[in-house]
Amino acid sequence: MNDTSRAGGAASLDVSIASKDYYSAGGGPLRALQDLRLTLPAGQAGAVVGPSGCGKTTLLRLIAGLDKDYIGTIVLPEHGRLGMVFQEPRLLPWRSVIDNIRIAAPHAREDDIAALLDELGLAEHASHFPRELSLGLARRVALARALAVKPDLLLLDEPLVSLDAALAKDLREMIARLIDERRITTLIVTHDLREAIALADRIFLLSPRPARVVATLEVPAPRKQLEREAAAKIEAQARAIHQGISSPR
Amino acid sequence: MIRFISLAALLLLWQIGASLSDPRRLPGPTAVFEKIYEEAVSGGLFFNLTITLARVVAAFALAMSFGSAIGYVMGRNKLADRLLDPWLVTLLNLPALVVIVLAYVWAGLTEVAAIGAVALNKLPNAIVVVREGARALDPHLEDMAHVFRFSPAARFKHLVLPQLAPYLAAATRSGLSLVWKIVLVVELLGRSNGVGFEINMAFQLFDMKLLLAYALPFVALMLGVETFLVQPLERHVSRWRRGVSRRLDRV
Ligand SMILES: Nc1ncnc2c1ncn2[C@@H]1O[C@H](COP(=O)(O)OP(=O)(O)O)[C@@H](O)[C@H]1O
Ligand SMILES: [Mg+2]
Repeated sequence: MNDTSRAGGAASLDVSIASKDYYSAGGGPLRALQDLRLTLPAGQAGAVVGPSGCGKTTLLRLIAGLDKDYIGTIVLPEHGRLGMVFQEPRLLPWRSVIDNIRIAAPHAREDDIAALLDELGLAEHASHFPRELSLGLARRVALARALAVKPDLLLLDEPLVSLDAALAKDLREMIARLIDERRITTLIVTHDLREAIALADRIFLLSPRPARVVATLEVPAPRKQLEREAAAKIEAQARAIHQGISSPR
Repeated sequence: MIRFISLAALLLLWQIGASLSDPRRLPGPTAVFEKIYEEAVSGGLFFNLTITLARVVAAFALAMSFGSAIGYVMGRNKLADRLLDPWLVTLLNLPALVVIVLAYVWAGLTEVAAIGAVALNKLPNAIVVVREGARALDPHLEDMAHVFRFSPAARFKHLVLPQLAPYLAAATRSGLSLVWKIVLVVELLGRSNGVGFEINMAFQLFDMKLLLAYALPFVALMLGVETFLVQPLERHVSRWRRGVSRRLDRV
């Protein structure tokens, strides 16, 4: 029993999942999510932070409607147009960068696409094929594709993972700027708390599998150069919560 | 260049073999080329080549279109796969000759029977290859297309077709060579024109010059189709793979 619906009025994301199980061929069911609830106001960026394997990608797949086999309700922002950046870029390898974007966003205007490529530093790569791109560039193309559809909800799955520090910083600043400029409701999944603090308005801390939200933290002055002390305070707070749930009770 | 030398060596070998044996058993190249010229001038060569080629094209197109559709459905749908698999195995193991004779018995010595029998011989092979391709479709890209709400047409054109292209190319390649060989048998058994029919005539008359005068141009024609049509097409659909060496390492 599940229900994905579009909210009327104030657009926001509202997730309430009682349980999500995977059934493997051999053993019994594997519970990935349990009693997971989160709400994200319209125009805000939320970050879902949790250890590897806790069920973050699973959560995004449920929200994106890729997996309907769960118990609970998910209410998407109005219109529910989705833009998603998967953990791997998932571009069509047989189409050029610009064609990848055009195909995913057939209603986008050419000059909008050009502006987007420009903004993400991809203009000179428009005619390249995905195989010719490094991971950092391919991620940006995936981001451009997700933005080109003018999404009501943007889902980012570990957008900075496996990039070296400098590249990760570039892309993180790029994403922060886009969130501030476009005010798209955005849900970012990451295992990196600092990344979450740098990008989000609110942070959802997940427990180890089966994942549930153990705490929701508000970030004051999000994405502005948060004072080092303030950032450290949030980080300490989050780590204390994590300590609390992972030590034996 | 090497191909040319190899071809010249073959001609030379043929010439030597011909000079050592009875010309009625193995006529030399010059005699055969004269015969080809003769048949070409009379118009018989072009007429029969065209008829045979038309049968090849018709049977091939039939087998590929039905084979691709059935193979795709079987690759994507478990129930269809289970349901149709025994039929497929039967068809795969049915000797070409049996299919041809049955077709002629049931549908008469007609064009429909001839082309249908050839298509039916190629069909299971096309199904098997395309089914393999349909099974190998990337589920990650499938998810991506779902999230971005690709239209069915866009999904087919940009997602499915490019992934099936190598399989379709393989089926085309093996299919053409299978089809043109079987077409000759079909013509031999139940048609009154075409290269297969002429070869049968030559056999009845024990006219080796006539036999080779039809066999060689037909082989050359199919080789031409392969080199100038199939291979460039294959290269065209796989051109995106070539970019790997140009990979940019800067960001
Ligand atoms: N398709 C699947 N079938 C079975 N188990 C799965 C499947 N996908 C994920 N899992 C399991 O569910 C858990 C959560 O996975 P995932 O959501 O990918 O974690 P995360 O993204 O947080 O690293 C893991 O233990 C993983 O092994
Ligand atoms: Mg993940």
